Amino acid sequence: MGQKTPLYEAHVAAGARMVDFGGWDMPLNYGSQLTEHEAVRSASGVFDVSHMTVVDVSGADAEAYMRTVFANDVARLRKPGRALYGCLLNEAGGIVDDLIVYRCGDADFRLVVNAATRDKDLGWLAECAANVDVAILERADLAMLAVQGPDARSIAADLIEIPDLMSVRRFGFERADDVFVARTGYTGEDGFEIIVPEDVVGHLWQQLLAADVAPCGLGARDSLRLEAGLGLYGSDMTDATHPYECNLGWTVDTSDPDRHFIGRDALAKVGDGERVLTGLVLPSGGVLRAGQRVITDAGDGVITSGGFSPTLKVSVALARTPRGADVSTVRVEIRNKTLNVHVVEPPFVRGGAATFSLS
Amino acid sequence: MSNVPGDLKYTKDHEWVRIEEDGSVVIGITDHAQQALGDLVFVEVPEVDQTLTSGEGVAVVESVKAASDVYAPCAGTVVEVNGALADQPELINSDPYGEGWIARLTPADKGEVDAMMDAATYDQFLIETEDA
Repeated sequence: MGQKTPLYEAHVAAGARMVDFGGWDMPLNYGSQLTEHEAVRSASGVFDVSHMTVVDVSGADAEAYMRTVFANDVARLRKPGRALYGCLLNEAGGIVDDLIVYRCGDADFRLVVNAATRDKDLGWLAECAANVDVAILERADLAMLAVQGPDARSIAADLIEIPDLMSVRRFGFERADDVFVARTGYTGEDGFEIIVPEDVVGHLWQQLLAADVAPCGLGARDSLRLEAGLGLYGSDMTDATHPYECNLGWTVDTSDPDRHFIGRDALAKVGDGERVLTGLVLPSGGVLRAGQRVITDAGDGVITSGGFSPTLKVSVALARTPRGADVSTVRVEIRNKTLNVHVVEPPFVRGGAATFSLS
Repeated sequence: MSNVPGDLKYTKDHEWVRIEEDGSVVIGITDHAQQALGDLVFVEVPEVDQTLTSGEGVAVVESVKAASDVYAPCAGTVVEVNGALADQPELINSDPYGEGWIARLTPADKGEVDAMMDAATYDQFLIETEDA
């Protein structure tokens, strides 16, 4: 058996099918992934994401340290209460992990990193902190819920005793004592990610369910993030891929020529890179899956994430393909057949509807 | 717990077979199989008149999680397929033994069907494999 979040018993009681995810026993679904997906697109859903790793970074050198290890520039966070998405890079420019960094004070940051990369990330953060005045503290005492969907914020704001939560801007957050509420997420919908002490998360979970927020598992989390065109670490990005071939160039901030973040020199040498991460749509004939071969006039690519889009009723995928390939002749090999696919720029879904038309 | 109707035959690959009065057999996947797969989103059915050997892939069922082959439970010829699955793959989730049928075959050897597991044996098989 793997590690359990404080909500393990609540998941089982709610009928969850539990699966291993990065060493954690997590809910895959509570009956129907499609129903959960639809709940988040049309109303609200809640995900237990307590397996994710919360790390607090503080100390006199905290800002300088974050400007070195994080490829986006935390100097853009001018005051506490704002957050940035971006990557930790290795010296070769490869992605160690993707994460959100929240500025809690002048010299005080909170990082939320992936569960499956916890050990690697903590090791890397410590290695980069040698001879730097920062304290890096993993907060295993905290649990985390993602409440997502068009109705999510108003329901959550009614339950949490922090004033004016509805006025929190996107990628902003508010905190009071040990309750931390950020307007961030991984579904393409509006909502909050809420970090609370593990002894109170059960009560909040039950309150949300009592307010008709649908419990949602990792299955729906994956199809929602795929429709939103959001990459998954380990699938769409790895240590061996750099941000420009993961559709994440926008998170690499090179505007300050004097900021020597890790990986910068390597990225300057690779330029845009030879490959791109692009979106594929298969209108009929099967389901695109990770690992399938993508055939283009400029050589082969590969699907890094694929699945059925419950919102669009067709299959969609993220694929790494040669830069400059002719997008009108791309095909995918499924079970020894090759099928024509449409190339579209992710996201596939925004505001609950398709971002493209296949005419 | 999954539903195992008493009047059907079963395979270890979690397919069911119903013997019709005219000697043809209707095939599908079991309630246990659809539960394990999760919501179905695509079904590839065989061609009518297609000749199958026992154990050959007869259909592909794709769920939100993965693609799975459905194997011919017996040798035979396809005489009818469930065209409704093209637009409503979820019929396999909602009614695996009824509207979620996949194909009807004329078996090459009726003895092959008779030798399959009955409901009680399949039920026991499920219990044993669940414990494993």
